[in-house]
Amino acid sequence: MAEPARFDFKQNIAKALKDNQLRNNLRSAMDGLRVKRQDVFDDALELEELRRYGNAVKERALSRLPQLLEQLEQKCTQNGIQVHWAETTDEANHIVLEILQRHKATLLVKGKSMVSEEMHLNRFLARHGIEALETDLGEFIIQLDGETPSHIIVPAVHKNKDQIARTFHAKIPGAPYTEDVEALNRIARATLREKFKAGHAGLSGVNFAVAETGTLCLVENEGNGRMCTTVPPVHIAVMGIEKVVEKLEEIPPLLRLLTGSATGQRITTYFNMITSPRNSGEKDGPLEVHLILLDNGRSRIYADPKLRQTLYCIRCGTCLNHCPVYTRLGGHAYGFLYPGPIGKILMPQIEGLPAAGDLATASTLCNACEEVCPVRIPIPTLIRRVRNESYDASDAAAMPGHGYRRNLMEIITWKTWALVNSRPALNRLIIKLAGRLGRLMPAIGPLKAWTQVRSRPRFAPKSLHQLIREKGVPND
Amino acid sequence: MTDIGRDRILQRLHKAAAQAPDLPPTACLPIAAYDRAQRLERLTTLMSAMRTQIEVTTARDWLDRLREILKNRNLRSLLYSPETDLGRELKAAWPTDPQGLPALCTWKGPIEEFKDELFQIDASITTTLGAIAETGAIVLWPDDKEPRLMSLVPPVHIAVLGSDRIYNSFCEIIQAEKWADHMPTNALLISGPSKTADIEMTLAFGVHGPRELIVLIIDET
Repeated sequence: MAEPARFDFKQNIAKALKDNQLRNNLRSAMDGLRVKRQDVFDDALELEELRRYGNAVKERALSRLPQLLEQLEQKCTQNGIQVHWAETTDEANHIVLEILQRHKATLLVKGKSMVSEEMHLNRFLARHGIEALETDLGEFIIQLDGETPSHIIVPAVHKNKDQIARTFHAKIPGAPYTEDVEALNRIARATLREKFKAGHAGLSGVNFAVAETGTLCLVENEGNGRMCTTVPPVHIAVMGIEKVVEKLEEIPPLLRLLTGSATGQRITTYFNMITSPRNSGEKDGPLEVHLILLDNGRSRIYADPKLRQTLYCIRCGTCLNHCPVYTRLGGHAYGFLYPGPIGKILMPQIEGLPAAGDLATASTLCNACEEVCPVRIPIPTLIRRVRNESYDASDAAAMPGHGYRRNLMEIITWKTWALVNSRPALNRLIIKLAGRLGRLMPAIGPLKAWTQVRSRPRFAPKSLHQLIREKGVPND
Repeated sequence: MTDIGRDRILQRLHKAAAQAPDLPPTACLPIAAYDRAQRLERLTTLMSAMRTQIEVTTARDWLDRLREILKNRNLRSLLYSPETDLGRELKAAWPTDPQGLPALCTWKGPIEEFKDELFQIDASITTTLGAIAETGAIVLWPDDKEPRLMSLVPPVHIAVLGSDRIYNSFCEIIQAEKWADHMPTNALLISGPSKTADIEMTLAFGVHGPRELIVLIIDET
């Protein structure tokens, strides 16, 4: 595995924590989303029932993943959708490019797709002279500024309206400076409507794919997804292979979980189900629909029965909204596409531990993410797994690059710890010494990280054992 | 290249899946049950909360009601389908000199030829397949008579719904009408006008799709 450029997580964190505007934006946005979620899931028992269902559906769908993918491929093909498989993001990019070049397309209008972000598709297409234009309002804003999303669901959550006003004024020809949100929306609408009309092809993600019917489901509020998948003559959908479910009737509860968890909505404005390209006699819709199934490490994650639970994720982003770390940092500090709790378990598995294993250190293991996850992914357990595998060089570990943090100091520490705790006499001696000398613990070397931002532990002069013995409690 | 990739992906998955135990299918969740009046009320409440204009009317009065709603709104054109019962009724009752009302217009040819004109149209009217009380949404199955973009491109979308077509839940309509056996090219749930909260979480309507959604519910009870 090629090692991507290491990012300085600590420096990113320090920077984010000092950014008051970012923290204010996040605080109000995250609080708002949490309240809305609570309001829409007002019946706790019903929510638990739904989550149990969501978990069971995903567990079963994944237990039959290869069969369902084959069924999806067969159904889609029957319906006239062309199915492509990509092992890597590079392959997926080339498939998109090949389709676009065949149609001499130079403008691709894009609906929101995290998989296309994972592919770095826009950058790739730009190198080949094709403009890939984001049309989801949040994505459009950050694309104008050359940024990446800082949240899975609200990509421009880090920006204020005055920043957006400046961006629009500077980057959109003829746009006046205005901080009025309605007016900003009107500018985006007018700009993008022309692009929908002009686009040679449209690209979207997939929220759910239904194996039994070969249907691609898209969830959105704005209508840009429908534009991208209906106006241009070609529609390309990209999806991770884990997004397939078996039956159509499994969709309604999953949809309820997704929209409720993501934005606190009972349902989004549009739920768009696409089963085929334009049929004869029909007057609109794309003439060609392509579905690209992307692996990019997912089949490796799939091989481990515990890690497989990472693939239950329906990308609602609610674990971000509830994470005490994410809500203070925002997405950019994480340095990888998927931030927050889900990113801490997904990115190290996709990118490898040496590149992304550090993400798992930014967790208090408070369990909030697991409690709200609509499909009940045990995120904290998997975070601990990432941490453990970072030090585990043995064959028992499954993640790429496992054991990368293993070092002499670590080995000696644990060996010593084991020794001290298996020899009673040595144990007594050490405890006694700690009581006497503990306050002299120097804030240097490996202890510095512990002592400089935390209260230094204070050792009692007498151990609990000793105190109890002195009380005359028999030692047996 | 992709065929090899496909086989390799599936091979890896099959190998891992073979070790997992078979899980039973997941039992469906119970379907919410409302009576007819409750369904109508719930749909109205939920969709109104999403800023949909709901008008409950009758088969006799709906055209008068529509004219009332559209009068003096400065809409120039109303896109309709002449091939549906709804469209024929509309056409027959629409004045030839529509003072203060939009002029009727129809879809011409495939989208490639009609695109420029479509993006100039002010409003559209379509039928619906039904609606869902539980979540508050109308269901559209666009077809050759009523293309997909009719409910998306014009800034005002009017949808006509029979109150007897309101189902309890999304799951119920899928099962009762056996959707899995005959999915159309495109099926849609729509709960309101297009909206976004991407700028400072401030809700704004009409970002890419219709700014207004008006649902005329024909209730004969």
